[in-house]
Amino acid sequence: MKFSEQWLREWVNPAIDTQALVDQITMAGLEVDGFEPVAGRFSGVIIGEVKAVAPHPDADKLRVCQVAGGEEVVQVVCGAPNVREGLKVPFAVVGAVLPGDFKIKKAKLRGQPSFGMLCSESELGLSESHDGLMELPADAPTGQSLRDYLMLDDVTIDVDLTPNRSDCFSIRGIAREVGVLNSMLVEAPEITPVAATTGERVDVTVRAPEGCPRYLARVLSNVDLSVSTPLWMQEKLRRSGIRSIDPAVDVTNYVMLEQGQPMHAFDQAEIKGGIVVRMADAGEKLVLLDGQEVTLDEGTLVIADHEKPIAIAGVMGGEHSGVSETTRNLILEAAYFDAITLAGKARQFGLHTDASHRFERGVDYKLAWDAMERATALLMDIVGGEPGEIVEVVNDAEMPDERLIDLREQRLADVLGLEIDRTTVEEILTRLGLHIEKLLKDGWRVLVPSFRPDLTIEEDLIEEVGRIFGYNNLPVTEPVGSLGLKAVPEATRPLSAVQNFFVSRGYQEAITYSFVDPKIQALVAPDEDGIELANPISADLSVMRTTLWSGLLKTVAYNQNRQQPRVRLFETGLRFVRRDGEIDQRPMLSGVVAGPQDPENWLNGRREADFFDVKGELESLFQVLGVNVEFCRGSHPALHPGQTAELMLDGQSVGWLGALHPQVQKKLELNGTILMFELFLNPVVTGYVPNFKVISKFPEVRRDLAIIIGDDTAFADVERVVRKTAGEYLTAVRAFDVYEGESLGEGNRSLALSLFWQHPERTLNEEEVHGLFDGVIGALKDELGATLRS
Amino acid sequence: MENLEQLVQDGLAAVEKAAGLQELDQVRVDYLGKKGVLTQQLKSLGKLSAEERPAAGQKINEAKVQVQDALNARREAMEQAALDSKLASESIDVTLPGRGQDLGGLHPVTRTLQRIEQFFARAGYSVEQGPEIEDDYHNFEALNIPGHHPARAMHDTFYFNPGTLLRTHTSPVQIRTMEASKPPFRMICPGRVYRCDSDMTHTPMFHQVEGLLVEKNVSFADLKSTVEEFLRVFFERDLAVRFRPSYFPFTEPSAEVDIEWGREEDGSIKWLEVMGCGMVHPKVFEYCGIDPEEYRGFAFGLGVERLAMLRYGVNDLRMFFENDLRFLRQFR
Repeated sequence: MKFSEQWLREWVNPAIDTQALVDQITMAGLEVDGFEPVAGRFSGVIIGEVKAVAPHPDADKLRVCQVAGGEEVVQVVCGAPNVREGLKVPFAVVGAVLPGDFKIKKAKLRGQPSFGMLCSESELGLSESHDGLMELPADAPTGQSLRDYLMLDDVTIDVDLTPNRSDCFSIRGIAREVGVLNSMLVEAPEITPVAATTGERVDVTVRAPEGCPRYLARVLSNVDLSVSTPLWMQEKLRRSGIRSIDPAVDVTNYVMLEQGQPMHAFDQAEIKGGIVVRMADAGEKLVLLDGQEVTLDEGTLVIADHEKPIAIAGVMGGEHSGVSETTRNLILEAAYFDAITLAGKARQFGLHTDASHRFERGVDYKLAWDAMERATALLMDIVGGEPGEIVEVVNDAEMPDERLIDLREQRLADVLGLEIDRTTVEEILTRLGLHIEKLLKDGWRVLVPSFRPDLTIEEDLIEEVGRIFGYNNLPVTEPVGSLGLKAVPEATRPLSAVQNFFVSRGYQEAITYSFVDPKIQALVAPDEDGIELANPISADLSVMRTTLWSGLLKTVAYNQNRQQPRVRLFETGLRFVRRDGEIDQRPMLSGVVAGPQDPENWLNGRREADFFDVKGELESLFQVLGVNVEFCRGSHPALHPGQTAELMLDGQSVGWLGALHPQVQKKLELNGTILMFELFLNPVVTGYVPNFKVISKFPEVRRDLAIIIGDDTAFADVERVVRKTAGEYLTAVRAFDVYEGESLGEGNRSLALSLFWQHPERTLNEEEVHGLFDGVIGALKDELGATLRS
Repeated sequence: MENLEQLVQDGLAAVEKAAGLQELDQVRVDYLGKKGVLTQQLKSLGKLSAEERPAAGQKINEAKVQVQDALNARREAMEQAALDSKLASESIDVTLPGRGQDLGGLHPVTRTLQRIEQFFARAGYSVEQGPEIEDDYHNFEALNIPGHHPARAMHDTFYFNPGTLLRTHTSPVQIRTMEASKPPFRMICPGRVYRCDSDMTHTPMFHQVEGLLVEKNVSFADLKSTVEEFLRVFFERDLAVRFRPSYFPFTEPSAEVDIEWGREEDGSIKWLEVMGCGMVHPKVFEYCGIDPEEYRGFAFGLGVERLAMLRYGVNDLRMFFENDLRFLRQFR
């Protein structure tokens, strides 16, 4: 909400400067976004009176004027279309300085001397308006400084109110806060009832009392809306960020800003029969003041006449029933609409108005009468007219209850961490407009005023006392804990162990969006059922990732396009799939590798990373984590069919490692071989707690063998056969050479293996080892068709 | 005996002449070996009288020592020269860069999260995780934000359907943890959160850490110390901290936390908002089955990217999610 400092100071005027005032308001919880002068920096501008206007001899669009106000009547050349005899205007005399350090000097315009300049609002930094000269009222005192006349040494303060503080959407509310903070009385303008002078009244029926517990209407007859709103009111509106429209609209806005009660004015001539407050019928149409036609539904509270809706209650009036210059009789509305009924309604129609903003947050349910009387009096001063009596329809059953809250002294001290003396507490509550209904043995019974719908429980009152007392005046103490420390299982490695592992292997951690481009995802995970956002920020961020590859591959492209050929990235985070109608969100560990395995160096250039580089890194990771993950041949739609490993742990699939399928790679416009892996994080970070075994004192025996097998036989199968047949004292099997060549024959390869045996308690003898070794060779022959290479 | 003198001279000359270790060894064999000429001289002692023998023997031994010393010296010199030449040939340009994998790095958000987690872990807080696709109940309802509440407008929420959404804060993790266990509690909930907003200063995804402490006797004053201490440790500076009244549906009283961040032109402190906090709202306790008369709590929440930007001087929020290697590498 924006308001003028001067206007506030008419109500309460503490002896502090603007900055201190703004700080004070901010520290009370009404955060000031900023404040700015209500006019540009200028000097030497006075009220000028145009005495005579004559055409310029050499320019059609210029006029030569005689302007009074300075020491003598001087000639001023002016190009504004609205310059005319008798007009009072801002007059920048020779020597004046206008905003932007624009100095006014004696000049000649098309040969005619000009002594000063007549100004528009925009030239003075008052508004953006370029509609000719600013017109001042006829009674403006010629020669007076414009700054003094308009009291322009003022600032507009913009306060960003939290949703609970609906009471501060008015000068009245802000003044109340400032009064409390400075322990000052607030002087509100006196509101006196305006007696009816005509019998004119409008028939009001409320058919939706829960949405509209109170509705007030009053007819004001024989008004003259062709007059203009007084400058002082226009200025207050302008400084509050509201444009002047006509006297009726301006007064309703003025009362809203001053008191906090949104109001509306209808043209009585357009109301057929009377006013009905009801829920809209589905499909009813209404053209709003802003010209848009909306189709209403049963959930929308409307103001209607006996034929059709004329306004969306608390949001915006209809175009047809609105007042205009020719309106003779008008109807003023002041109502209390229920916040929950109005919640979200404006947004539903793409609207957001000052009225809807206030009603949705809760307007003072007792305010309507005062506001109606205030508006009547203000309006009659401007447009004349004869008031009818106020018609009020109230449904007490639907009105909010008067609320009593007990505040316990002990609770107050417990929550704030400080005992505040009773007098201070009572003064804070009273100045805030809360009524101490009763002193209790252990505290206070407090009556909450109608303008504070946000105060509903004891804690709310504690907050009020705390915030006015000042949070920064409360003590600072260390919390006392009664909590034991949580056990941390040793076998489960923290995420940081995984992260640090990859960092030490040259991987950079990435964090990509959880929502991804469905086109990319369709390429890397065509079989998964992705979960779509109903309201994505954009089409390329519209589906939840089913794999972290979707984001990582995009990141590879991003970096390759920025001259970063060597990309090694990992990411951890949730992936989201729908499984049997349920949403499955599980933490994953993923990585991508593109470009050279090592940073380019002076010895071995730039060998591209291959499957086994990354596999080796994962094997090291699994050692760090203490899990025995197997790499099995597998197939995955995103991966190269001949370079895909499915990762198995205890017979369960826990992830994939492979090279990106060349077709997918081409579609994603990526360069070089891309290796990638993805694992379920939780199963692989649960390893074991080490269990000491006695170190054997007896020698280890090594036997090597080379076999020729079909190249479709996996090393894993060879290893399995070896382990099965080599006996319990086998300690390790290692492959030390892999060879494929013509000499072996098509479809064959040679594998060289080392087998290691060791007995914990004795030396293994030659015959034993020999026997086991022969057994292994035999089994490899029988089960895998291997032949011993000579 | 003139012969002996001559032999020594010849031997020394041979040592001097030897071109390598092999030749030198030959000289040793020729003069000092079993059949070497000097060794042979000892055999001639038998021809002398017992009186002459000691003096002659000493002379021969002196001659052998003389040649042996020369041999040793020459060998050492040769070995030294060989070593020198070997070392010279092995010398490398130590200023050439080393080889192998260079180090990767943690994302600055992770780095910041780890620092935050370390602080609170020392204070006995556990780290709790929860789902990112949340239900309306845990994200809003149980946090005292009912359907019509204007505070919902503060959360631009991504929805899947009317009851399912992307969490807008990590507070639902606190609800889930409180539902599943019994007080007291000390926890922080770090993680990704989502808001339907994207411009210069907003990304549709960012990270939060929310903290919660529930004890029988805890106050706003305790909250103040926790927050102040954290901020001073995080920024490693004794900066001024202020608590400004604010509003969150799930805390009461609520405050926003500003830190001192430079000075205004007039010398006054320039304040920067960094966190939100407050005492847990009794309604939230009721939703979790905790008696607000028995337990009280405080909660706080902060934006990780915001703290990382302040800490490292990053000036564009969006860079955190572009994952440009030239950006990421600056944080290793």
